[in-house]
Amino acid sequence: MSLQIPHREKANGNTGATKAVILVGGSSRGTRFRPLSLDVPKPLFDVAGHPIIWHALTAISKVPSIQEVDLIGYYEEGVFRDFIKDASSEFPNLSIKYLREYQALGTAGGLYHFRDAILKGRPERIFVLNSDVCCSFPLNEMLKLSQEKDAEAVILGTRVTEDAASNFGCIVSDAHTRRVLHYVEKPESHISNLINCGVYLFSTDAIFPSIRSAIKRRTDRPSRLVSYPSSDNLESSFMIDDDDESTRNEVIRLEQDILSDMADNKQFFVYETKDFWRQIKTAGSAIPANALYLQKAMQSGSDELAKPSENIIPPVFIHPSARVDPTAKLGPNVSIGPRVTVGPGARIKESIVLEDAEVKHDSCILYSIIGWGSRVGCWARVEGSPMPMTTHSTTMIKNGVKVQAVTILGKECTVGDEIHVQNCICLPFKELKRNVVNEVIM
Amino acid sequence: MKALILVGGFGTRLRPLTLTLPKPLVEFGNKRMILHQIEALAAAGVTDIVLAVNYRPEIMEKYLREYEEQFGINITISIEHEPLGTAGPLKLAEEVLSKDNTPFFVLNSDVTCEYPFKELAAFHKAHGDEGTIVVTKVEEPSKYGVIVHKPNHPTRIDRFVEKPVQFVGNRINAGIYILNTSVLKRIELRPTSIEQETFPDMVKDGQLHSFDLDGFWMDVGQPKDFLTGTCLYLSSLTKKASKDLTPASTSFVHGGNVLIDPSAKIGKNCRIGPNVTIGPDVVVGDGVRLQRCVLLSGSKVKDHAWVKSTIVGWNSIVGKWARLENVTVLGDDVTIGDEIYVNGGSILPHKTIKVNVDVPAIIM
Repeated sequence: MSLQIPHREKANGNTGATKAVILVGGSSRGTRFRPLSLDVPKPLFDVAGHPIIWHALTAISKVPSIQEVDLIGYYEEGVFRDFIKDASSEFPNLSIKYLREYQALGTAGGLYHFRDAILKGRPERIFVLNSDVCCSFPLNEMLKLSQEKDAEAVILGTRVTEDAASNFGCIVSDAHTRRVLHYVEKPESHISNLINCGVYLFSTDAIFPSIRSAIKRRTDRPSRLVSYPSSDNLESSFMIDDDDESTRNEVIRLEQDILSDMADNKQFFVYETKDFWRQIKTAGSAIPANALYLQKAMQSGSDELAKPSENIIPPVFIHPSARVDPTAKLGPNVSIGPRVTVGPGARIKESIVLEDAEVKHDSCILYSIIGWGSRVGCWARVEGSPMPMTTHSTTMIKNGVKVQAVTILGKECTVGDEIHVQNCICLPFKELKRNVVNEVIM
Repeated sequence: MKALILVGGFGTRLRPLTLTLPKPLVEFGNKRMILHQIEALAAAGVTDIVLAVNYRPEIMEKYLREYEEQFGINITISIEHEPLGTAGPLKLAEEVLSKDNTPFFVLNSDVTCEYPFKELAAFHKAHGDEGTIVVTKVEEPSKYGVIVHKPNHPTRIDRFVEKPVQFVGNRINAGIYILNTSVLKRIELRPTSIEQETFPDMVKDGQLHSFDLDGFWMDVGQPKDFLTGTCLYLSSLTKKASKDLTPASTSFVHGGNVLIDPSAKIGKNCRIGPNVTIGPDVVVGDGVRLQRCVLLSGSKVKDHAWVKSTIVGWNSIVGKWARLENVTVLGDDVTIGDEIYVNGGSILPHKTIKVNVDVPAIIM
């Protein structure tokens, strides 16, 4: 197999061609994004007015050397069709394709499976982005570091609190050279508070041979797989939900199977971002992600956002087709989807209101997600709880009980007039006629 | 005729309201509790009223002088230097109560009802014995002391059964009496209970009768009952077609029983009722939903707030989109921030609440 591709300078610059891969996962994944993922694949869920992966594409489109983006996952073929159509017209300089795995191959396994497609056009480097990441995607900075260091791999890292660190992949690096010395996925003890952001830049010369040798190790010594991380650790891993799948031979994951190996023997560097970073794991994590992307849009002067006024506390995104009464007060950190109606004197803060939802007069929505076509009655109050900006969890302890920080109404739920819904998750098509607190409503 | 109102202590059960005003001065249905009683007593021909208290109620004197003038009556404050129970205060006020031979009324200041003083006096005179207790019928007599009549007599009391385990009747002492001056001879000047000592003593001699109360009755000594009592009072006003009530045809009135002081201001698109009392100089913003609540004078409920089963204390402010419920009581000059939820909070005076009170709590 010819993986050693000849080095070729691009005609219009000194940067070789770069491709981007977004790992989108599949429908059997993302169960923790329920109840929202019951109706929309997580990568296409709207935060700050756009699908989660649109935000990654926007960052990718700002890297001049990228012309092609591959989405790799195992959703059905048609799932991304409309999105790709829309994105292709929005990002005309990008060619976007969906590459479907017929079975879950793991994050590295999928890359390897589609190596021919990815290597087509002989890219020198590939960006690999997990789709469940919310961040500023400083891709040009990673590319610069990669060129400076002539790196075989660059990983995006961020600092988190010590107690949060062990839920992520931890990176030990040389402070001066920024070289990755050691990588451990979800360590049991504290190793470092510099963690893996799920965004990588690999030299094509390095990544595919690394995966191939991991596969070889796997075939030679399959027993190694048995000593897998505990189910606790799997809980918080990138993209991975089903542990039985991960024990199959074909499944090769970047985090567990490739990165620690690369730290041992490759030119592997970390770019530490000081910008925002969050994992979009549970449905509730869409609320901080929404807030961060809206703030980013506001700080970059985006003209998409609603103009601040007495009743609009920025940042607020209102879809052009939504009807919001001028006496309703919105924001900060609110996204209003297509064809939503918001009645007089309603109040919406730190929330996402999805397509076709109806919010009646004098109601109050705080720290919540209102599902597609749901209806919130007059003087109703739907509320979650404020969470510290630094936390990476979407549950919290309130009055000694573990509760959902964010209240989520699935598709076409109804909240009666004057009803109070507090720290609840409500599955699709339910009608709430009584006050509910700290419940999951089936 | 004469009357004695048993006021007693500070009214701690009605805190945080009684941290600001003594209980008799707290407005019930936009009228100070004591005024309901004075008005009814004066209307029945009472000329001398004794208030039995066991603290120095300086602030009350001002109001009482006012009422003396208004109704042309004498109001005396009788201060107990040690609590004398429910009978001792009668002995302490003997001078006033026995100034002539007419019987005197005794009432507990916590009790609200349609005071039937005239009928009670007539009934008392008719039977000719020493005393009459007003009784009210309750659904669960097992929680109270129940009155049992003599066989073959409709009103003469045979005995009291405290918390009966077996049904013996459902009439309970409503805390309102009319007694002849001779009863004072049965009472010693010491801490003593009228229910447990004086009445059983009278019953033994066949000197005590009961008088059935028509209409509502409620002990409004604590916030939960204060709200329930207000509902009952407003219903009775509706039944009497009182002109004080805001007409049910008013656009914002929902379900009736709404009493609004003429000086209060109501915003647009509100839905108010049932069972709402709004005091003088209250300001209610736009799109406000009020039900089963009392807004005391000078308070303000801002736009889009939702208030239920709550007493909003004097000069307090409820923020926009705030939600108060489940027997929340705001003391004087409390501020509830915008969008805040308070579930059964008792908020002491002059506090500002900026985070939700999710479960019932006292906020010091």
